[in-house]
Amino acid sequence: MEAQFPMKQILNEDGVVVNSEFENEMTESLTKELYIKMLRARMFDRKGVNLQRQGRIGTYVPFEGQEAAQVGSSLVLKEGDWMFPTYRDHAATLTYGHSARNLFLYWKGYPIGCVPPEGKNIFPPAVPIASQLLHATGTAWAEKMKGTDRCSIVYFGDGATSEGDFHEGLNFASVFNAPVIFFNQNNGFAISVPMEKQMKTKTIAQKAVAYDIPGVRIDGNDIFVVYFETKKAMEHARSGNGPTLIEAVTYRYGAHTTADDPSKYRDQKEAKRRRETTDPLLRLERYMANQGYFDEAWKTQVEEEITKEIEQAVEDMEAFGPAEITDMFTHVFHTPTWSIQEQFDSFQSRMKEEV
Amino acid sequence: MSTAVRIQKLTMVQAITDAMATMMREHDDVLVLGEDVGKNGGVFRATDGLQAEFGEQRVIDTPLAESGIIGTSIGLAMNGFRPIAEMQFLGFIYPAFNQIMTHASRIRSRTLGHFTVPMVIRAPFGAGVRAPEIHSDSVEALFTHMPGIKVVVPSNAYDAKGLLIASIEDPDPVLFLEPMRCYRSHKLEVPEEKYKVEIGKGARLQEGEDISLIAWGAMMDVVKKAAKEIEEAEGITCDVLDLLTLYPLDRNLITESVQKTGRAVIVHEAPGTGGVGNDVVSLINDTSFLHLRAPIKRVTGHDTPVPMFAIEDHYLPDAERVKQAITDTVRF
Repeated sequence: MEAQFPMKQILNEDGVVVNSEFENEMTESLTKELYIKMLRARMFDRKGVNLQRQGRIGTYVPFEGQEAAQVGSSLVLKEGDWMFPTYRDHAATLTYGHSARNLFLYWKGYPIGCVPPEGKNIFPPAVPIASQLLHATGTAWAEKMKGTDRCSIVYFGDGATSEGDFHEGLNFASVFNAPVIFFNQNNGFAISVPMEKQMKTKTIAQKAVAYDIPGVRIDGNDIFVVYFETKKAMEHARSGNGPTLIEAVTYRYGAHTTADDPSKYRDQKEAKRRRETTDPLLRLERYMANQGYFDEAWKTQVEEEITKEIEQAVEDMEAFGPAEITDMFTHVFHTPTWSIQEQFDSFQSRMKEEV
Repeated sequence: MSTAVRIQKLTMVQAITDAMATMMREHDDVLVLGEDVGKNGGVFRATDGLQAEFGEQRVIDTPLAESGIIGTSIGLAMNGFRPIAEMQFLGFIYPAFNQIMTHASRIRSRTLGHFTVPMVIRAPFGAGVRAPEIHSDSVEALFTHMPGIKVVVPSNAYDAKGLLIASIEDPDPVLFLEPMRCYRSHKLEVPEEKYKVEIGKGARLQEGEDISLIAWGAMMDVVKKAAKEIEEAEGITCDVLDLLTLYPLDRNLITESVQKTGRAVIVHEAPGTGGVGNDVVSLINDTSFLHLRAPIKRVTGHDTPVPMFAIEDHYLPDAERVKQAITDTVRF
């Protein structure tokens, strides 16, 4: 089976083009955009880890190493498309247009952090593993019934493929020909459990065979292959041909969360080796250098702009003030039931007494 | 111009079909989906004729996967449709519990109203119809305990139609429970027109002075029988309440009745521990403690799994147990 799902690559680890299928579209401006978006995601992520270390936000879920998979796939979405992330996919949500301030507020435990900007169909991070595959299928099915060409993209990890909702999501999408991209980031570990203990199959892409939909296995650290293969799958979906399962093979360099210690379950030398050899940003830098348009001065200038943006987002997060306590009561139902209203009233009078 | 209401005599299951057809004719965004709901018209015929009238795009036979049905319905509901998802039996809802608990019931809350799930989950439930194992569970309390979803239970054709229409129009998820024993037990006059029975409002089925009998679903027939027999035998008159909505409870109706009678017996077929009856007891405690002339009694199913049907009659509350509770309370 593994041979039937070879890992597609456009750039090898040295940044050399090994597949020229999309070479005409690999323009300097696209390449720079991809690089900037990845760098922005990485700097956001490192800021998230730092903010947690400083006690300015709560537990944070880092994604460093998975920037190409998330940025490349989310950049092909169009206005109105639906995105269903997990809690490790803020590179995707940030790239698609989520507010950096709200993303930080999410990790600060603020309810507003789940709210996407107006007009952006971004679902809050799915916490129960694989449950979001069905929502992506449902929203995509709705678009199909409305006769639009919008689609859904849903992110999930290797561990999620063991859940029933993974299979139900693929099956429903297949049966109803829903325009969904099932974007798997196979980073090799579900917290501590490695892929070989998670499944007997050597690939995740091959699971598409059971649902008679296309399954594509790509190098998730090669942003070009991520971008072009997701685009292809999107076009396939938009023209009424149904869902695609994409397996982006990647690796998380850091811990599962800031509360996790990966040295307990995996060889950190391997993480270090991968960071040095397969890093998606370094790979693109090598490619750009080969093309003759990468220079450190440009990178420094880009970094300065991103730093400004992220510092502003942090400032906005901290200037946001206290979380709105009444949010707890006011959005459970369209109109509060009497029991919620009474609890709310009694809460408010206690608050007044305290003042 | 005639304003006469056209009336039809329907069983409860026919009234449920009629409610869905009424709403589907009026609104293109109302969909029906579930296992065997299309061509077969549902295992209880609750969706009979709907696919013929509204087509396969709106009355959808889904794969056999409860989590899949609810999860995709959530997506449909967030994106402009009003799905009515059928669980073939309430006892089959457990694979979908995660979707209901972690998503359907809290998406509005999580997103501060940005995304909402106007969806109805219909589920036949309850024992007493000689159904196979698991088909007879009465687990309404699992859902009344779940913030963000309403739970309703009609016991007759009139309420079923009005309550289902109100559920479909509700902007939030509603679990619509259908007591199987009531599906074909009575025919009632039901208006052909659209009408609503308000969610959160119970009904007084019979006026009485001595004791309040509070129940829902298939227990209403049991309670009514007990009330009739006890009045004939002992002259005790019962105020009989059909709660109709289990969350949010009709506090005014319960309070007004118990303050009048000073006594209450609550009857449900679900196990007593953790049952909705306990919420009714709490409510009475909060509102009417000093009006009580006797401790409140509950007549419930046992704290056991619903047994196989050869012995299910010994699980279910019957009129004898209810009458005993009434006399114990009145003579306290």
